[in-house]
Amino acid sequence: MGFNPIKKENVAMDTSIKILIVDDFATMRRILKNILKQLGFKNLVEADDGTTAWDLLENQKIDLIISDWNMPKMTGLELLKKVRASDQYKKAPFLMVTAEAQKQNVIEAVQAGVSNYVVKPFTAEAISDKLKKILK
Amino acid sequence: MSDLDVTLINPFINATINVLETMAFVTVSAGKPYLKKDNIAVGDVTGVLGLTGVAQGTIAVTFEEQCILTVVSNMFGEKIDGLNEDIADAVGELTNMISGQARRELDEMGKVFKAAIPSVITGKKHTIRHYGNGPKIAIPFQIDGGKFTIEVCFER
Repeated sequence: MGFNPIKKENVAMDTSIKILIVDDFATMRRILKNILKQLGFKNLVEADDGTTAWDLLENQKIDLIISDWNMPKMTGLELLKKVRASDQYKKAPFLMVTAEAQKQNVIEAVQAGVSNYVVKPFTAEAISDKLKKILK
Repeated sequence: MSDLDVTLINPFINATINVLETMAFVTVSAGKPYLKKDNIAVGDVTGVLGLTGVAQGTIAVTFEEQCILTVVSNMFGEKIDGLNEDIADAVGELTNMISGQARRELDEMGKVFKAAIPSVITGKKHTIRHYGNGPKIAIPFQIDGGKFTIEVCFER
């Protein structure tokens, strides 16, 4: 079955950008890749924790980061803080896609400079809407 | 179920329905909760996750094989044939999402919990070990493709 098709008229984004997907669950990386491909994004790289993500960020130019919060080694929040402290990525769009949905989590992420926040479970439309907002 | 605090249980039922319906596009119906006496899983693959905070406990989400194959096939948009690493990973993430949604509802009630990273056990009649000595409350669920059960256990 998979996620419902996203209406093409709702998608007006630069789909040539390189997106880094960070999640310790391959399932979530796969679902996000399916949605992003449906939206027309083809340049996708992935990492299973913040440490691996940071290595990728240091070695190639990434235009957008989509990250989980709760991961081993380096959490999504720690990755976000590292990204915002770097010269290269301090203004890079950073979308947190996480099951951590308590008020304090959202406040911490906003204070650390997250661009937007999606709570799991989500619909394909929710991802599309948030991407449109942060890629304006 | 005499010493069961239902305010701790209902958020897990609501979260389970929301997560499965949103991510796997299935209609979920909850059965009657019951007190589980043993540690033997009623499903073939189980995600277990520890919780700490205002109380300590565990939740377990255990799926019968046909049920989880339907769920994961729907999530991926392609047919998955057997219990494999993809299934185990998906059960871990589903457990994680159910925990997150439930903790959000509990947080709104002033009950703050933190969650560990889930572990997954696969196999017929495997053992589920809960934290603490509280009652193990099991809630059966039904979808078109089969059955699954969540177990919630908080220390006394």
